[in-house]
Amino acid sequence: MSAAMHLPILPVVLPLFAGVVLLALRNTPLWLQRGLSVAATLALIPFAFALIGAAADGSHLVYKLGNWSAPYGIVLVADRLAAWMLLTTALLAIFALLYALRGIDSEGRHFHVLFQLQLFGLNGAFLTGDLFNLFVFFEILLLASYGLLLHGGGRLRVKAGLHYVVINLVGSTLFLFAVGTLYGISGTLNMADLAVKIAAAPPENAALLQSAALLLFGVFALKAALLPLYLWLPAAYAHTSAPVAALFAIMTKVGAYSILRVYSLMAGDVPGPLSNLLDAWLAPLALATLALGTLGALASSGLRQQAAYLVVASVGTLLLAFGLGNADALAAGLYYLPHTAFATAALFLLADQIARARGGLADRFESGPEMPRAPVLGGLFFFVAMAIAGMPPLSGFLGKFMLLKAALSEPLLVWVWGVVLIAGLATVIALARSGSLLFYRTHSAHGDASLVAPDTAALTPVVALLLLVVILTVWAGPLSAYATETAMQLLDPQQYIDAVLGVAP
Amino acid sequence: MEALIALVIGVLTAGGVFLSLRGQTFPVVLGLTLLSYAVNLFLFIMGRLAIGLPPVITDNAQGYTDPLPQALVLTAIVISFGMTAFVIVLALKARAELGNDHVDGLQSEEDRD
Repeated sequence: MSAAMHLPILPVVLPLFAGVVLLALRNTPLWLQRGLSVAATLALIPFAFALIGAAADGSHLVYKLGNWSAPYGIVLVADRLAAWMLLTTALLAIFALLYALRGIDSEGRHFHVLFQLQLFGLNGAFLTGDLFNLFVFFEILLLASYGLLLHGGGRLRVKAGLHYVVINLVGSTLFLFAVGTLYGISGTLNMADLAVKIAAAPPENAALLQSAALLLFGVFALKAALLPLYLWLPAAYAHTSAPVAALFAIMTKVGAYSILRVYSLMAGDVPGPLSNLLDAWLAPLALATLALGTLGALASSGLRQQAAYLVVASVGTLLLAFGLGNADALAAGLYYLPHTAFATAALFLLADQIARARGGLADRFESGPEMPRAPVLGGLFFFVAMAIAGMPPLSGFLGKFMLLKAALSEPLLVWVWGVVLIAGLATVIALARSGSLLFYRTHSAHGDASLVAPDTAALTPVVALLLLVVILTVWAGPLSAYATETAMQLLDPQQYIDAVLGVAP
Repeated sequence: MEALIALVIGVLTAGGVFLSLRGQTFPVVLGLTLLSYAVNLFLFIMGRLAIGLPPVITDNAQGYTDPLPQALVLTAIVISFGMTAFVIVLALKARAELGNDHVDGLQSEEDRD
């Protein structure tokens, strides 16, 4: 056994180990905990790059836990999609964590433990090849997210947190019902084996399989905040602390990832009872989500609430791409995914700095005092708004352009073009309105001590996230080529099935 | 036997759904607990009902019961137990912070003095 063989499990084990060690070190000085947490999170980046390098040739790295081969044992599978998600998570996490080091991590207890366990759950969910294991990793990332969401406390945070916890507990129950039904029919939980068993299922089980698969879709849609299951998101994201909201930019993507992974295997364009099951649902719901998220952004009363609604809108765009389902649309969605994660995370972090610079008014959309260092904040806000709204020349524009182009051959063409373009315009209007209100309609604030000038160190993570958006734009060629190859791999689930079940290709 | 188990799961689920739609946090927590009981039973039954059969390979066994759902349900019980403990603590915290036990934190009339 060489060290390279163990590569797929390292991104799972490392945060777990770091989390446990941090728990043991909870009474040590803060700098030690911070150093360890940053080091563990930084180490995820080279692992993710190594996995991308290993998966880039189209191979599936299958890691058999306990050396039990599938379908009897649990496997971790690293393919192009999983490696892509891991890299996005690692890059997002390190900057969210660096921002949290500005003092938010010491507002409550165990921030770093929860942060590492959150990464453990996220990485595990992206890598696992087993449906029940996916449930377990979902529970881990949710339990860590409950703790992170409530970190620091406060009235509104507890209220939003209660809703978030209860709705996710109901979601977990439904997940188990769906998993139980699938197991009861097929006798397996390995995703590759499930795909084989479902394709060969007798027709009398078709209705049961479809209801289980749609129940599972409901659960993933709840995590992804797809209409009509998005109502928990705006309050939860708007009221939590900024670095947590920034990290949660990847949480909705876990739902989107699960939809893509599970349904490309089980309900793809192959004969069987679940063939093309989601075609009638996903794209129309995603369009409605995009429209409502944008309307929410227009109607928001504060910047963080607006950012939360923009997360809903970005989920709509992403799932629209996945729902259209052709190779170009999937590639557009996969290219758009890291862009939207970085851009919304940057907006959440920036909104926190703006709120601090406005004293008691915080981020409410009311004309307020002139902010200290307003040119810097305003310049960054302009940049972030351009990225989120998908204005050229940044990567959001490229992603949306790829999506619109991919929709040309689809029956929903008119709807896709209409909703995406109008939603883009409405996002520009919403962000321009909030920008002009926050930065131009101000009165001078002499001697108001409650205004905190943003320090350079706190703005560095925002700038770094924006640099990632620029990198996505500059290297759009190779990155979108990678996304296209990932899409081709997803559209040929037989490769995944053969790799996991050990059939020689 | 199957009909009885199905009825039990159905009643538990119905009770759980009803209670989790209530306005106070305590019935909601009870509802979530009932739902998790229902789903644990459901998972367990997915290995089919069998009486007196061993789950592991032995000589002279008449047949086997499926051990995997038992392992799954054990995991699910542990997770739901932990979640229930967490949500109870959170409900108490919400009660303390918001001053009442409504899920939306609404102030009732008599609280407003």
